Amino acid sequence: MSATATGSTATGPTAIRPTATPEIATQEIAGKAAAAGDNPGELLEISLGPHHPSTHGVFRMDVSLDGERIVKLKPVFGYLHRNHEKIAETASYLAAMPYTDRLDYMCSLSNNWAYALSVEKLAGLQVPERAEYIRVITAELTRLQNHASTIGFLIQEMGASGTPLMYAFREREKILDLFESLSGSRMMCNYMRFGGCRVELPAGWLDEVRKVVAEFPRFLDEFERLLAGNEILMARTQGVGVLSKELAIQGGITGPILRASGVNYDIRKVDKYGIYDRFDFKVPIGAHGDVYDRYMIRMLEMRESVKILEQALRDIPSGPIMDPKSKIRGFRPKAGEAYGRIESPKGELGFYLISDGSPNPYRYRVRPPSLINLTVLEDMCRGYNLADTVVIFGTIDIVLGEVDR
Amino acid sequence: MNLEKVKSDIEAAVPGCRLQIVVNGSPSGQHSLLLDREHAFAVAKFLRDDPELCLDYCSNVTGVDWPDTEGSGYLEVVYHLYSTVKKHGPLTVRMRTEDRKDAVNLPSFTPLWRSAEFQEREVFDLYGVVFDGHPDLRRILMWDGFEDHPMRKDYVDPDDYEYEPTAHDAVLKRALEHSNRDEKAGGCQ
Repeated sequence: MSATATGSTATGPTAIRPTATPEIATQEIAGKAAAAGDNPGELLEISLGPHHPSTHGVFRMDVSLDGERIVKLKPVFGYLHRNHEKIAETASYLAAMPYTDRLDYMCSLSNNWAYALSVEKLAGLQVPERAEYIRVITAELTRLQNHASTIGFLIQEMGASGTPLMYAFREREKILDLFESLSGSRMMCNYMRFGGCRVELPAGWLDEVRKVVAEFPRFLDEFERLLAGNEILMARTQGVGVLSKELAIQGGITGPILRASGVNYDIRKVDKYGIYDRFDFKVPIGAHGDVYDRYMIRMLEMRESVKILEQALRDIPSGPIMDPKSKIRGFRPKAGEAYGRIESPKGELGFYLISDGSPNPYRYRVRPPSLINLTVLEDMCRGYNLADTVVIFGTIDIVLGEVDR
Repeated sequence: MNLEKVKSDIEAAVPGCRLQIVVNGSPSGQHSLLLDREHAFAVAKFLRDDPELCLDYCSNVTGVDWPDTEGSGYLEVVYHLYSTVKKHGPLTVRMRTEDRKDAVNLPSFTPLWRSAEFQEREVFDLYGVVFDGHPDLRRILMWDGFEDHPMRKDYVDPDDYEYEPTAHDAVLKRALEHSNRDEKAGGCQ
């Protein structure tokens, strides 16, 4: 494992990072040195996407190649643009809630929370304790399924077709079943409300969650045995797509990618939104900032999420799930503005709202982690093979519904 | 972070700058700092490099359209700054253009924080604010030939819809206008 300790909140170095056999490693390094040479040759321009299995949706990259090496890479956006922000500004505050599900459709419950949190800041609403626990449980379950499938997709893009992704999807399906029995929908949950949650938990739901959470570490062990020491995985990922600490901060990178580059910045620890100050968990920090670290950080984060879930499931109190002061109909916050943000599985998801006292927001802005994490894609890919681009792009973990909004 | 203190620190470091604290009436209490266009870049550079503030992370960049405020109105750009070292924030800073037609230039903060690159392109695309000093100011979400700025409050959709017969008054009214316009133009377009 590659994570090392920095600061009191970080996990310790658990093991020595395994490396690929020397021949493969030197081959890789020699290849990279050649890329830095001063003979550019004739450049080949190709358009990667918009319909390409590795782009996770409709996304295009204009790539200039020198042989197999990336010289220039310009992302092209907007294929899924529907002006989500304008739609939300013409409807009531509550009417935007189901739209937030469609931003990052892998993590609808995190999106709900980010939006609800911003509106609660804007209107000064308090969330009852039970609702806070439910929010933590649903958000951490979301993180588990997102990270599991991200790693599954990543392995798929390296050529291990099918099996690892299906292992991840098997676990994801169990969590989506929980979401379905909670909210009626597997992916478009639309569950949270300003000042609480929409409905009380179904009978026996918490026991079902406990069962899934108790079984989850077994999946992680199995997944890690399958992957962590795998020769091909190490050769394809170690030393590839290195992102320096300075560039990561400068480029506004957030989430697991930032922490893989060695920056100890987790909004759950920094802002302590909701009730995250009550849980004992650590923030895994990477040392190399390469694709392997970004993969490993997600594995370690899942283990920490399991810890948070165990504590939340132990401590969840009974009580109301809505702030009695919050109004569903005729909701008009006082004129003013608020920016609220959470640590979504992809990074910092923020909502910036301006109210002019009317029933719909004057300004509604989504701070999309998926879009902003692409800012330094070119810097991460330059000098690597075209095939590496697909892998590097895979570890950024984007969803186009959020990039294009 | 005490906004009064930040303001006096900036005024000491950047002589001649005109700052104004914009009070926020909501319970969030996130008051913001309005920068003047001439000194905005120097102020932002101070905010990033000052060892006490160390706002090295520019999280959110966005535009706001105020068509009816102060005569001809203005466009506003809002930045939310955080520090990954000191773990504080957000410091909200805003800038305003002179009007909404021709004088829509503002200094770009992309040379200071690269995270503003795509977000300033988005503000340019959807609001029409021109950022001086941006390395690659192109449309990002709309296509290159597109002319208007769809997030402005007075934006009118192009009249090229196929109207579905729904029961909403607004839709029926527009469908009627659409068919009237076709008749005036002498049949279908």
